[in-house]
Amino acid sequence: MLDSHPHSDRIAEILEAHRGLEGPLLPILHAIQEAFGHVPEAAVPQIAKALTMSKAEVHGVISFYHDFRKAPAGRHVLKLCRAEACQTMGADAVAEQIKKALGIDWHETTPDGRVTLEPVFCLGLCACGPSAMVDGRLVGRCDESVLAEVAK
Amino acid sequence: MKIYVPLDSAAVALGADKVAAAITDEAARRGVTVEVVRNGSRGMVWLEPLVEVVSAEGRLGFGPMAVADVAGLFGDLASHPKAVGLVEELPWMKGQTRLTFARVGVIDPLSLDDYRAHGGLVGLERAVKMAAPEIVAEVTESGLRGRGGAGFPTGIKWKTVSEAVADQKYIVCNADEGDSATFADRMLMEGDPFTLIEGMAIAGLATGATKGYVYIRSEYPVAIRVMEAAVRIAREAGVLGPRFDMEIRVGAGAYVCGEETSLLNSLEGKRGVVRAKPPLPALQGFLGRPTVVNNVISLASVPVIMARGAAYYKDFGLGRSRGTIPLQIAGNVRFGGLYEVAFGLTLGQIVNEIGGGTASGRPVKAVQVGGPLGAWFPVSLFDTPFGYEEFGAKDGLIGHAGLTVADDTIDMLQMARFAMEFCAIESCGKCTPCRIGSIRGVETLDRLARGDTSAIPLITDLCNTMKLGSLCALGGFTPYPVMSALTHFPDDFVRAKEAAE
Repeated sequence: MLDSHPHSDRIAEILEAHRGLEGPLLPILHAIQEAFGHVPEAAVPQIAKALTMSKAEVHGVISFYHDFRKAPAGRHVLKLCRAEACQTMGADAVAEQIKKALGIDWHETTPDGRVTLEPVFCLGLCACGPSAMVDGRLVGRCDESVLAEVAK
Repeated sequence: MKIYVPLDSAAVALGADKVAAAITDEAARRGVTVEVVRNGSRGMVWLEPLVEVVSAEGRLGFGPMAVADVAGLFGDLASHPKAVGLVEELPWMKGQTRLTFARVGVIDPLSLDDYRAHGGLVGLERAVKMAAPEIVAEVTESGLRGRGGAGFPTGIKWKTVSEAVADQKYIVCNADEGDSATFADRMLMEGDPFTLIEGMAIAGLATGATKGYVYIRSEYPVAIRVMEAAVRIAREAGVLGPRFDMEIRVGAGAYVCGEETSLLNSLEGKRGVVRAKPPLPALQGFLGRPTVVNNVISLASVPVIMARGAAYYKDFGLGRSRGTIPLQIAGNVRFGGLYEVAFGLTLGQIVNEIGGGTASGRPVKAVQVGGPLGAWFPVSLFDTPFGYEEFGAKDGLIGHAGLTVADDTIDMLQMARFAMEFCAIESCGKCTPCRIGSIRGVETLDRLARGDTSAIPLITDLCNTMKLGSLCALGGFTPYPVMSALTHFPDDFVRAKEAAE
């Protein structure tokens, strides 16, 4: 099959599981990212065909949303809130310390593939900032000690 | 022994899961039978994790709890170092009028029996016996206005959808609560999800919509999990079914999807770009069909209105702001959290009396009201009463009722720059004033930071263009934090010229 690739069977299953939904593309993309840790480029034509969309449209949707990755993240994903309420509790200084300790900037991954650092604009933990999310776990009153959770 | 440990995100972020596990372990070790209920948060974030032990006198609170404090719960409770007394008797709880949040923190969020026992489903049962126009009239009469920020009368929106003719109509709940300092939607969904489900079902009856969606931001994993479970339970119990059913959908990290038309595009599986209005979503919304798009708190306020009547709800409030508003007190504040109260308290009462001033102990310098698109208020405007029109009259807005308190170390020029930077990052790109204006805004504020005060008229003019020319509130309201910072804190915008010049 022309569009066959290592992930095509799993993606076909995901597409099948979402048949009949109204507006299925975001749920499909979330499911693909859940399965592979990113949305592989090769998935685009397969999704486009199943939903009778153009590849450009599917690409446009993937690239619009901050959540969808084109490549896998590091072993850990550390998200630090940059929004106003956390800023008033010193989030900027904490972020600078963490960037320095990891030697990376926003949206980057450490060279050993250990941590990806991402900004997030609000986790709804605005009365116990600065807040963070480590591999999906929420952290309130975050400081640089959060690095211990991404040490390995 | 029955112990409540919140499952609320803020409690979990401060260690509630570890405390809950430690309670179970300690009970097993001692051979004591303990029922641990994971409830919502009472809203006193400074006390989280707030553990409650059921006693003959009522629920005794202990917080903020650490794992090391758990063993003490099995000893003399009165002498426990984290004891705060009966939770219902705490001043924070007694000062509130909890209508929408009446059950949050009280019940087991996923127990439909508990929900019923605390007055749940009474509103829906009443609505089922009414004609659609009667339900719409009741909600209109209550004076309820959109709690997402726009303040549009909920009943009027419902009337438009109710009277529209279509083969399919929808109720879409906007749970894309992306504004900094807001967490009321999250707390409601985590702590009392059936209230939202009931509100949406009533909206369905009122408008003839049989299908609903809750669009929850992906940054809220706990809310997503609780809502998905609650929808399953409600469906099994027949609360949801052929008459009205709903699905939970998850956003993908785009702030602009909190804008209703961009949310609808996202829900349809498109880029979350803003649509021009008209057509109104009430007539051509999700998939081109008539759609109610309401915020979580708007919909979750409907059950109490239907249960106790429009007059009861309307009796609270001030001016054209009727009912109660869940204030979210956040940022650099001593007592932060959620406080539901009738409209009308002054900003100063909220920040100083309820919030207790700053967490740092330094003087309050500014309070941003209404999220990243809201104005910064100086202490000199602390006499402003909390209401839609009252804040509008001071060139601000109440938005979703979030308040970010900042102490005197905050640099208002930097906050103005952040507002423009945020707009540039999150702009959907559809309209020029927002897409390009925000970038030019960052550059212009950087000129000011370098000591070039000739940029002040330019930033003022740019803000005017963005305000008048943007399609939605992202570009249109970004001038609020920028201009309020410039107006109220001009000294922060006058910098020494850099040596190089």
